[in-house]
Amino acid sequence: MLALIPLLPLAGFLINACFGRRLGKGASGFVACAAMVASFGVAVLAAARLLGSDAVSTEATYYTWLASGDLQLPLRLRLDHLGILMTLVVTGIGSLIHIYSVGYMHDETPPEFARYFSYLNLFAAFMLVLVLGANFPVMFIGWEGVGLCSYLLIGFWFTKQSAADAGKKAFVVNRIGDFGFILGMLLVFATFHTLDFNEVASAAALLAPETGQMGVITVATLLLFVGATGKSAQIPLYVWLPDAMEGPTPVSALIHAATMVTAGVYMIGRNAELFSHAPITLAIVAAIGVATALMAGTIGLVQNDIKRVLAYSTVSQLGLMFLAMGVGAFAAGIFHLYTHAFFKALLFLGSGAVIHALAGEQDLRNMGGLKKYLPVTYWTFLIGALAIAGVPLLSGFFSKDEILFRTFIAESTPGHVLMWVLGVVTSLLTATYMFRLVFLAFHGERRGGHAADAGSAHGAHGHAHGHAPHDAPRSMAIPLIVLAIGSVFAGYVGVPHALGGSNRIEQFLHPSFQPGLHEAHAAAAATGQTEAVAVALPAQDAEQVAAEQHAHERTELTLMAISSGVAFAGIGIAFYFWRRNPAAADAAAERFRPIHVLLSNKYYVDEIYDAALVQPIKLLSTTVLWRAADAGFIDGAVNGVGVAVRGASTALRRLQTGSVRTYAAAIFAGVVLIVGYYLVR
Amino acid sequence: MVPLNHYLILSGVLFAIGTAGVFLRRNLITVLLSIEIMLNAVNLTFVAVGRYHGSVDGQIITFFVMTVAAAEAAVGLALVIALFRHRETLSPDAFTALKW
Repeated sequence: MLALIPLLPLAGFLINACFGRRLGKGASGFVACAAMVASFGVAVLAAARLLGSDAVSTEATYYTWLASGDLQLPLRLRLDHLGILMTLVVTGIGSLIHIYSVGYMHDETPPEFARYFSYLNLFAAFMLVLVLGANFPVMFIGWEGVGLCSYLLIGFWFTKQSAADAGKKAFVVNRIGDFGFILGMLLVFATFHTLDFNEVASAAALLAPETGQMGVITVATLLLFVGATGKSAQIPLYVWLPDAMEGPTPVSALIHAATMVTAGVYMIGRNAELFSHAPITLAIVAAIGVATALMAGTIGLVQNDIKRVLAYSTVSQLGLMFLAMGVGAFAAGIFHLYTHAFFKALLFLGSGAVIHALAGEQDLRNMGGLKKYLPVTYWTFLIGALAIAGVPLLSGFFSKDEILFRTFIAESTPGHVLMWVLGVVTSLLTATYMFRLVFLAFHGERRGGHAADAGSAHGAHGHAHGHAPHDAPRSMAIPLIVLAIGSVFAGYVGVPHALGGSNRIEQFLHPSFQPGLHEAHAAAAATGQTEAVAVALPAQDAEQVAAEQHAHERTELTLMAISSGVAFAGIGIAFYFWRRNPAAADAAAERFRPIHVLLSNKYYVDEIYDAALVQPIKLLSTTVLWRAADAGFIDGAVNGVGVAVRGASTALRRLQTGSVRTYAAAIFAGVVLIVGYYLVR
Repeated sequence: MVPLNHYLILSGVLFAIGTAGVFLRRNLITVLLSIEIMLNAVNLTFVAVGRYHGSVDGQIITFFVMTVAAAEAAVGLALVIALFRHRETLSPDAFTALKW
């Protein structure tokens, strides 16, 4: 049953990869969408079955992959509450994006169309393996697989140089992160002698937290976090995500907003027990998260490419998720992951509809006034923007507030109030740049004239759609509407106590974050060793939490009021600068010229990396490794052997005179010498 | 009864004559003949020593040598004819193409 969830998209991939050329567009699109929808159906069934039973998780072992001494590595899938949430997000939003893609990619030729859908299905299959894997290596299969699909899909229009480069950049940057991930995985195995998530968690639960010291868990979790920074685009490895916007827009929505980039957050959530035993790591995670959120938010403010604004917004929101993970609010981080998947997929698909309508135009400066032409896109996009800005009662409000509240009260994290302030600033920036986008693209006067000459962006959409931009076709409009509904209501699973809710998502996810505790508790109860579970008794824990909740409710309401005010302030700022008084925006840009230039050039991070890493490595490779080591030493050794043999042969071949009598004389001399030697001796 | 030494001396002389022929003569047929002389010098040694020890081993080996020598003569003469057809000469110095 569990295996069907990733196997259905895999089957879709195989069909489209093998027969896609002959299927025609209708059939290959149908196969891909059907595979995803079926996978979603199976996921719902599996989730219903699990929730209907008393079990915390269900698992299935298919095959012993490796068995060598200590190392027992089964190919095992496990579905628990966290897995249910992730699986439903991946298959549900994945299905919508597949359906949307049918409309978005309709200008491609049939083989390209089939190739696109085969990649998309393969991605979904790997993502589901990542989510369902019960141990590190199985997760790593998915982890690498989604990286591969990301590369393939970013470079989908590989005849365009920038797209091919962006794909390579994403792949190489992710390799750096994966290196850390592998090292972390090995260290976990060396420490706990197991790679199963639950077993690692139970083993870790029995250890004391490594407070104030760099123990082995701290190092292992830091290495794992390096992997997460690569996959989830955090400082210092976030540079690939903005460039990844070279891919088709639905790909940006699915891979680079809703699912793959959240893999790092998910991985930390999956190893919550392990991470919560390494306070130093958590502090670093929180600091990196908030720094990334702020940095990407400021860059997003001045970008002019509609997709790049959204890309920096994604980096920024991922930063907030890591902030939540870092302050130990794992449920809040996953909650934001879940709501973000809705509204960010919606925003990307909306931007795709805009790009589609304008035949490939992505520059905000050439848009404007689209509200009139694209009503469906406009209203759904507006809902997404309101949700991400944190306007009260939409999904983003609940999750973002939860994160900020948790940060504010996280006394164990050093500098938590400063982090809260930075988080609020990030929220302000989010509201501002999102509404800058809305006002520039949809309001005001139409700029940039006809779209046909805007072939600069993606060539495949080069043909003109007529003079007036047309709204999204039905296959694109339906996913937009469904996601808009989701963006409004998805947050209601996590209404906080302060607003009379019960924060159900936190209770729902709780068993996944402390599997070790549950198992240790059960084991201790079985053996009668009650002292062993003095780590944290659940009943006492819950009481304490309830008391704290009560004490914090007033704080939470205050913070909520602040962040609502901040959301409206951000929208107001955007309204003033880009709607009411556009001249003021230019004036401000002129007045703070150095800052504007710095932001426009994304803090020169790409240039710094190029100068600090790429060029030295290139130089080292060219001078030392290529010219000296390879050409000089290795080629020299090979050629030297050749030259020596050749020289010796030149001398020796003189012996071959061709004259029979010389040979006879040589034989005779030889016989005389040998016989003579024996006689004389 | 002729003592063994006489046979060995005669054999040595014959072998020397044959060797000299191989090196000095400029006719391939004569070279072949000289090789036959060398072989027969060795045959003589075998037979004489066999007789001296009172065994037939020497004579048996001699038969083998004669068989091989007959075969060798056949192949050698065939080669000589082929070479002669090619170059119209029988001097061994004319055939030195097989070299560097």
